[in-house]
Amino acid sequence: MRSAQRTSGSPGSPPPDPSPARDPELLRDVVLVGLAGGIVGVSFGAISVAGGLPVWVPVVMSLVVYAGSAQFSAVGVLLAGGGPLAAAATGLLLNTRLAAFSLAVAQIVGRGWPSRLLGAHLVTDETVAFALAQQDPARRRAAFWLSGCALFALWNAGVLAGALAGTALGDTAVYGLDAAFPAVLAALVLPALREDAGLRRAALPGAALALAVTPVVPTGVPVLLALAGLLLHRGGARPEGRPA
Amino acid sequence: MSATVAVILALAAGTYVLRLAGPVLHGRVTLPARVRELLSAGAVVLLVALLATGALTEGGGFAGWARPAGVLAGAVLAWRRAPFAVVVLGAAGVAALLRAVGVE
Repeated sequence: MRSAQRTSGSPGSPPPDPSPARDPELLRDVVLVGLAGGIVGVSFGAISVAGGLPVWVPVVMSLVVYAGSAQFSAVGVLLAGGGPLAAAATGLLLNTRLAAFSLAVAQIVGRGWPSRLLGAHLVTDETVAFALAQQDPARRRAAFWLSGCALFALWNAGVLAGALAGTALGDTAVYGLDAAFPAVLAALVLPALREDAGLRRAALPGAALALAVTPVVPTGVPVLLALAGLLLHRGGARPEGRPA
Repeated sequence: MSATVAVILALAAGTYVLRLAGPVLHGRVTLPARVRELLSAGAVVLLVALLATGALTEGGGFAGWARPAGVLAGAVLAWRRAPFAVVVLGAAGVAALLRAVGVE
């Protein structure tokens, strides 16, 4: 994510490459973000199994849902005893942003139905950021598919490894893995918050409200109530083509 | 366990439909700019709230000092534009270190 943005910001972007899929800088960024995704995947698998879920739950969920933050929150609600309805609703509400993202990359994904159907499953925060950070259509397409395939493979391999190691790892709190996911979120949202005062006006009171109501409402609900912060959103100076 | 299967299926189907919206609607529908803006702002608001509650709370109560300290370390690294992997490992490392010396 961060490296993708650095690519976009580099002065004097390189001339259009006839084979963007072999661009070493793009490949390096894709591998780095994929490895980071894999590490988070290990923590997701380990936390799920250490929390008492069978190994197949995080593994199957990662293959068919394939949305990190929604998976963490759904498993979090399940493990906290919040009930299946709250778990699914929390995850789905978090994923509504993917509809906006998929609109943003629709042209990049391609026109044929096989690529539409397959590409849709690869729409994540990271692939969208990667794709939109590129300058020309060929590079955008290469970045989307490269990062999409790498992230899907490494995320699922990480989850499987973490789930298998989960019980052997014992209490994952010892490794501080519970701090990893909020930190990932911080890395994802800080660039947007840094640049957009309108966004800060909505997000910070929303988060404060969520924290305030956490002791008194069911799990999953505080985050949804944070959307009240949107009432304070006036629309900031978000640069064109910039994903959330 | 059937409740867990239902959660996974509902989440998978719903997520896929949301992701398919763009490729399917492409060239047919244009969302008003204000709606698109609120959609992406809403995503950030949700993520920041998830970050705050995930860093500070656990089961409706305070999560202890080690986790928020680890998240703070990760956030500082992210603010200083450290690579993604460094942010993740830094956050986990600080939380683990604090717990190892007895800070919960």
